[in-house]
Amino acid sequence: MGLDFSILPAYADILWQGTLWTIALTVLSMVFSLAGGVVFAVLQLSRHAIIRWPVAGFAWLFMGTPLLLQLFLIYFGLVQIGLDLNAFVAGVIALSLHFAVYNSEIIRSAIVAVDKGQYEAARSLGLSQFQAMRKAIVPQAVANVTPALGNMMIALLKESALVSVIGVMELTLSAQRAISDSFRPFEFYIAAGAIYYVLNLGLEQAVRVAERRSAQYR
Amino acid sequence: MNEPIVKIRGLKKNFGSLQVLKGIDMDIDQGQIFALIGASGSGKSTLLRTINQLEEVTEGEIWFDGELVNQKLPHRQREAHLNRLRQNIGMVFQHFNLFPHLTAIENVTMAPLMLGRVNKAEAIEQAKKLLDKVGLSDRGDYYPSKLSGGQKQRVAIARSLAMNPKLMLFDEVTSALDPELVGEVNRVMKALAEEDMTMIIVTHDLRFAEDVSDHVIFMADGLVVEEGPPSLVFRAPQEDRTKSFLQQVFND
Repeated sequence: MGLDFSILPAYADILWQGTLWTIALTVLSMVFSLAGGVVFAVLQLSRHAIIRWPVAGFAWLFMGTPLLLQLFLIYFGLVQIGLDLNAFVAGVIALSLHFAVYNSEIIRSAIVAVDKGQYEAARSLGLSQFQAMRKAIVPQAVANVTPALGNMMIALLKESALVSVIGVMELTLSAQRAISDSFRPFEFYIAAGAIYYVLNLGLEQAVRVAERRSAQYR
Repeated sequence: MNEPIVKIRGLKKNFGSLQVLKGIDMDIDQGQIFALIGASGSGKSTLLRTINQLEEVTEGEIWFDGELVNQKLPHRQREAHLNRLRQNIGMVFQHFNLFPHLTAIENVTMAPLMLGRVNKAEAIEQAKKLLDKVGLSDRGDYYPSKLSGGQKQRVAIARSLAMNPKLMLFDEVTSALDPELVGEVNRVMKALAEEDMTMIIVTHDLRFAEDVSDHVIFMADGLVVEEGPPSLVFRAPQEDRTKSFLQQVFND
């Protein structure tokens, strides 16, 4: 029994649905993980240990444990304390938190790297600490790390496949369903892989555009 | 006689165990142009930066416009107090510190918009006037990376003026410029001086200090060694340290 890709069109629908769920999962998690990354980064730079420490502990927890475990904890664990999330929501939360922690490390070091004179200039105009951060420092920091954040987002797209284990019908699980129906693992895994690849090509293009736009002032 | 707009009493500043300001007293009246001169490390930049509290002081008092600048306040109140004061004190830096991700005009409109002083149309109109004033009406849409050093510094001056400050602080604003670009920045400062802006100018450019200021302060080792009108300090210095400093600089 050789490879026979003519089987694929019969399952186009389920693969298409899976692709859409993967896109939804990735895009939502991207948005939250980037926003969360900025928030965590700024909190980590607080003067107050009482703010810094919980965030640092949280970051340490999420960097030091497997994403799969975090996913189980959020989906199965939280039920025990009465938080019954649906699988898609749990997946978005786990991916967002996990990548927010990594993004925040990238953004934090970029914030520190912005010239101190920028902060002084903003403060000397009468801007508050927060306003100076928001208008002067963070935009430059983010521009400096667009390539690094882009790589994290590509990783996020691929890691989203993990969410299949809690039953979100994203691309990987859709491929598995098609396989258990057709007994054609090779064809469908290759097809799913090809779709991930195309999505990543698109994402890379988007990152490149973002890179160019965020750094257009240079 | 009006109360001076800036009044400094017994100002001391330590960096760790190093004392960089050792007791400064100073009175600046509305509309006066002060030039602070002295060798590197004499404390003149630090003194300037204490006035808007970019440097905290160790001891002494700074009064601005009838208010004690370095009040002991709980953190949040102190921040609010400083933000309010700084809106009235413009500062221009040696290395410009323009916001590189904003165009020239956005640099100028940023603070007034952010602080809710004006609406967007007003902010842009005001910024255009200010850029025109510093001779850069055609550069509004340029990013700082596309401007020369002199142009950047003039945008930075316009940015400070956008808050309608009562006092302008200039921290060696031409020191980082190529010699041929110094003149354009000095001209803008001179024009400002002629509009009766109160200015404190830290500078190594003694000719400019003599030309523009009406009071010169010569500092060394964290102290005021000699002060007076430029005609006296530059032409007939009394102190030996002033004489040797002037000799060194003018013989170079």
